[in-house]
Order: sequence, then C-alpha cells, then structure tokens
Amino acid sequence: MSKSMTGARMVVQALIDQGVDTVFGYPGGAVLPIYDEIFQQNSIKHVLVRHEQGAVHAAEGYARSTGKPGVALVTSGPGATNAVTGLTDALMDSIPIIVLTGQVPTFMIGSDAFQECDTVGITRPCTKHNWLVKETDKLAAVMHEAFHIATSGRPGPVVIDIPKDVQFATGKYTEARQVETHYNPQVKGDMEMITELAIAMETAKRPLFYTGGGVINSGPAASQLLRELVAATGFPITSTLMGLGSYPASGDNWLGMLGMHGLYEANMAMHDCDLMINIGARFDDRITGRLDAFSPGSKKAHIDIDASSINKVIPVDIPILGDVAHVLEDLLNVWKSRGRKTNKESVQKWWHQINDWRKVDCLSFEQQGKVIKPQYALSRLEALTKKHDRYITTEVGQHQMWAAQYLGFEDPNRWMTSGGLGTMGYGFPASIGVQMGHPDALVINVAGEASWLMNMQELGTAMQYNLPVKQFILNNERLGMVRQWQELLHGERYSSSWSESLPDFVKLAEAFGAKGILCSDPADLDDAIMEMLNHDGPVLFDCLVEKHENCYPMIPSGKPHNEMLLRDSVDVGKAIKSDGAVMV
Amino acid sequence: MSPLKIKKGATSHSAYDLRPTFSDKEERHTLAVLVENEPGVLSRVIGLFAGRGYNIDSLTVAEVDHLGHRSRITIVTTGTPQIIVQIKAQLGRFVDVHAVNDLTVEGPSVERELALFKVSGLGNDRIEAIRLADIFRASVVDSTLESFVFEITGTPEKIDAFADLMRPLGLQEIARTGVAALSRGAVA
Repeated sequence: MSKSMTGARMVVQALIDQGVDTVFGYPGGAVLPIYDEIFQQNSIKHVLVRHEQGAVHAAEGYARSTGKPGVALVTSGPGATNAVTGLTDALMDSIPIIVLTGQVPTFMIGSDAFQECDTVGITRPCTKHNWLVKETDKLAAVMHEAFHIATSGRPGPVVIDIPKDVQFATGKYTEARQVETHYNPQVKGDMEMITELAIAMETAKRPLFYTGGGVINSGPAASQLLRELVAATGFPITSTLMGLGSYPASGDNWLGMLGMHGLYEANMAMHDCDLMINIGARFDDRITGRLDAFSPGSKKAHIDIDASSINKVIPVDIPILGDVAHVLEDLLNVWKSRGRKTNKESVQKWWHQINDWRKVDCLSFEQQGKVIKPQYALSRLEALTKKHDRYITTEVGQHQMWAAQYLGFEDPNRWMTSGGLGTMGYGFPASIGVQMGHPDALVINVAGEASWLMNMQELGTAMQYNLPVKQFILNNERLGMVRQWQELLHGERYSSSWSESLPDFVKLAEAFGAKGILCSDPADLDDAIMEMLNHDGPVLFDCLVEKHENCYPMIPSGKPHNEMLLRDSVDVGKAIKSDGAVMV
Repeated sequence: MSPLKIKKGATSHSAYDLRPTFSDKEERHTLAVLVENEPGVLSRVIGLFAGRGYNIDSLTVAEVDHLGHRSRITIVTTGTPQIIVQIKAQLGRFVDVHAVNDLTVEGPSVERELALFKVSGLGNDRIEAIRLADIFRASVVDSTLESFVFEITGTPEKIDAFADLMRPLGLQEIARTGVAALSRGAVA
C-alpha cells in the first residue's frame, strides 16, 4: 500500500530515500511548498546560496568530490535561467546533478505568467534528460528515475520542473524499488576487442596510457584497477585535465598532464607513441591540437561508456564500449591469463626516450626579485598543503593551468575544475559544495581575481555556514589567459583584458566578516600561506603576482604536439598562423 | 598476399563493409528511430540536428504503438560516413530513444511518401495532367471545373518526377508527408 502525501513532501521524501544529505538552493514563489517541507524536517541540510548559478556549481563540487549526485533547488523563471550555465558545465564534464526547478501552476503554463519560462525547453540541450511533471502521482517515480539517469551510463545533469499546483496536490508516493526503467547502458566491454587490446599491449614498442575524467566518473575501483594495470605493465601514463588524480602524481610512471598546456614529455610521448590506450577521455580539441598531425604513427584504443565519443574526431583501431572499471578488470584478467607479456626491451628504450624529454624540465622557473611568480606561489602552496586532507577547486584561466601543472594529485575526486565549458566563476561555489561534502578537509579554490569576482557573492554563503574555504587568488590585475592570447595573436593590443577598479580584497573579506590576507613579497609568502591554513574560517588570500607572466608550455592553436612553445621567445608572436588563429 | 583489413561490426547484414570509415563522400541514409511517445522527444531530436549542424532532408513522426506508448520518427539525412555514425550514436544516447535503425545499411528496405498536388488548368493541359496522373497511379481526391487535387504515393524520386511533369501544366501547390520506411522481410 503506497503512502499518500503532497507533491512537496514527495520531493523531500524521494531525496531522503535517495540518500541525499545536502541541497543547495534559493527559494522563490514557485518552490515555497518544497521549502516549507524542508523547514519541517532534519534529514536534509539546505545551503542557501546567493545566486542560483552558485547553487548548481556547489552541487557539482559536492558531486565531484564525493562521487554522489549533487542536488540543487531553484525557483521558476530567473531561478531556472540562472541555473543554465551550471547545467551546461555539468553536461560538458559529465557530472551527475539533479536540479529541481519550481514552475508556475499547470493551468497558467503558456500564459506568460509572472516568473514563467519554458524551463524544459531552455534546458533541453544542456541536460542529459529533463521532465515537466504535470501530475503529482508521477512525481516520486520521476524523482527516482532522475537519480538513476543522472548517475548511470555517462553521468550528467537532469532537471525536474515541478509546477506549484503539483507541489500542493496530494498523490501516491512511489518507492524507488517500484520504478522500472529501460535506461540501462552497457557496462561490460566486448571481450574480443578487449583481447585485441591485450595482444596489442604485448607487442607495443612505445605504449602510452592516456586517461581522462571517465576514470574518475567510473568510481574509485576504476582508479585502483588503472594503478594495478600501470604497475603491472610498466607503461607510461598521462592524463587530461579532467582525469588528474586517478593515477597518483607521485607514481613512477606518471608523465604529468598532456594537452595545450600539458607537459613536454607527455605531449611528445603522445605524438611518438605506437600504442595509445585512451581510457575515459574524449580526444578533446585541447588535447589533440591539429587533427591531421595528431599522434600519426600510433594504433589507438578507446575505452568509453558513450558510443558517440568513439570515432567522433579521431578514428580508432580498437573501440571498446563500456564502463572503465568493468573493462579494465576484464583487460587485466585477459592480459594476465595470456602470460603478462610486454615488449620489455622496447618499452625500456621508450622510457630512455621519455627520460630525455623529461630533462627539458619544462616547468622550471626562476623566482627572482620582489615580485611573486604565480608558479612560485603554487609551488609553495603545494609544499605547505601536501600533507593535508586536501581538495582543490579552480576558476578558469592561467591560474587553472598552473594549478594543474604545479599541484600534485594523489587520489581521484580531489580536483574540481571546469574543463569542458571553461566556466569562470565555477571554483568558489564549487569549493563550498566540496566543503559541505567534506567538513573537516582543507578545501582551497585556486583563483584568478577576475574569475573570482564572477561569483564573489558566495562569500555570504561561506560565512553563513562557517565553511572554512580558502580562496587563493593569484591577482595579476589582468584577464591573464586573454592577455596571453592577445600578446600571441593580436599584436599585443590588450583590448579590455585588464581588471581596473579592483576591490581591496582584504577589506572585501572583512566586509563579509571573513579574513583577508594580502601578500606581495615572495619572502612573506610561506608565513602568509600558513596564516591562511591556520585560520578556522573562510579566507580571501590576495596574492599579488607578476602581471605579464605567460603560461607555458603551450601548443599553439593549429600546431601538432611536437611543436610546443616552451617559454617566451622572439618567435612566440609568429607561432600561430591564420588558420590556427580562428580556433579558440 | 596479406589479408584485407576489414573492420568487423560495420553492418549487421554484411560481413564485408568495404567503405572506408572516414570517407569525405556524402551519403543519404534513412533512419528509423523508435521513441517513447513523450512531449519533448521530437524537440530533442530536432535540436540535436540543429545544434550539431546535421542535415534533415525529411522527417516524419507519428505514434505507432498506443499501448506501448511508442512513436516512430523516420529521418532522411545526408552526411559523410563518420557523421552518419555520429548521428546514430548521438540519437542512441537519448533516454527516450529505444532503438535507432539505419535502414540504408541494415539490408533492403522500402520507402514511401505520400503527396498531394493541386493543378489548375483548362483544355489540353487539363487532359494531359489527368493522363499523366493515371500513368503515375495518382488518384483524384478533389476536382473543380478548372482544377484537380491528386494524391500520389511512391518513393521521393517518383514524387519529384511527377512534380517536374505537373509544373508546366499549372501546378499550384504541393504537400508532402516525408518518407516512411520499413525493412523488407518477415521480422522487424
């Protein structure tokens, strides 16, 4: 006998049944019944953000750091439209989130009612799936199915649009176990293809693992299996921005991140390898560079849960459709049962070549004088926080790339950054979501001053819930990455890429009741970072850095991997030709 | 002689699909997409084609199973083999899509389209129009003293040919349904 209850109560009940402990949201007219139910229970914590975009990014940060789906609750109209950036961000990075939106009552839909918008229409291209629920009897089943869809297959964001009259009306509650779904993506890979890959691994002379966010999305078992596979084969491994942490940065076989601002040795290995094993990455344009010159001599295997990722831009020889953890388990078993063979002699030579590339030391820099280099700031942050239970989020731009280069990640789910969409303003609310999921951990948002200002209102949220998130702002008073591209591509005409009228960040922090720290001298940096770490509460760390530092290494647009720029030189301005300049 | 390198699984009916995967040559494919009959499904499908820049030559949709709550969308599209594979994979991703069948590569199939033609004229043109309609097995569904409405069924090429013939005879207006298609043989 199923229980009867109001739609609003169903929403809360379904969240509890799905194991949700935290909801990020902002109330409004069309979600008042749900907020009333939240008020009358103690199972779910509600975090009041200061802008709906913040709610969705916080839910993303929570999801990425915990491996559980994140939940956001917003009102109709502007509440829903403000959520669109976060939804698109989650779609691009395959992050499971459930966004509940209020809607005007069913009898007013289509009448241009106050705070009405076509939420399911607007969010259709930026969600994995969405629903407009018009009957209370169906609401609970949709809620349960939404969690299933958001978290299975390639994860992604879903939206449930709930008209206000549906929230008030009474209906039958459907239990999660009663919900039937036809959506059950294949997780086991084709054994014939897996065997083909195992055979290729036995003979490869210059093999390379190229891993991505799919390893992390697949869960901790995938990272564990990846580590076993790398250790057992002795092959080198590189990762995309999204996949950092699945293999530890301190691991023997780690080459560092690859791609546009990846490490020299990683990109050279991609170009010269003869067997590329793509595990849960998607040949993004930040990775491939010029397509017709991408790793020309390699046999390519691609493990992905999404059939549309396979052969999308790069034709592969061994496609394996399935979940990373399931496929890696089978791959390990097949390879072991065939006798654990590798082409040891050639792989040894390959390592010699890689070690030669490593000698280029592409991340070296010199900290001289009285101005802090951003690379130095991050190196010190790394050294002083390495031993902590540490989670890092970032905004988007130069600081993001430097963070990926200079911070080391030992475990999955420790690194939250907007990779696909490149959303400035992501990092601060994401850090709030991470801290909610890990109350005792050290959570740092590595930011640029321009990105940080895009969602600075969330300082109010951090204060209200006493979330000790550390905002480590590399302040160069520039839109650094825009400025770098204008230097390389647009004759050093810095059109609108400087930050004028910046606030005094220390006073800004104090205005919210938070702690502000200003640091401009390299000699003071360590003490200032320690002061930040020792403060129990939100900290705004204004780190004034070198204003014109460029981010290297860099694969210029339209160039192959083996034509990287390593540092500033006279030819930098000529490196990008007109056909490359049209790319972003 | 070394054996040919042939990718397996390219089609379900032929062991040898010798077309290169990444040819630049555009092909016309007819896709049958079985979907949940829910609001928004058609919008998702059309949005995919618009958003990713794929072509739609023809599109028809109607409920085909009332109890099972299923609709069938028949899409005729053109693209390089790589794009066609992408379109099928992207359609297959949708939660509300139950099956995507490429009738062009999965064996023989039949395609039909229905069209209505309004042709106005007097004298010899009028006689010629009805004579040609007879040859094309088109039937008259409306008539005045100076016009006919013809109903014609056939492949898109047949309807194109009929349109070419009617144009000089006083063709006023055409309404076409788009292509409906099914695989030949006993099983779905």
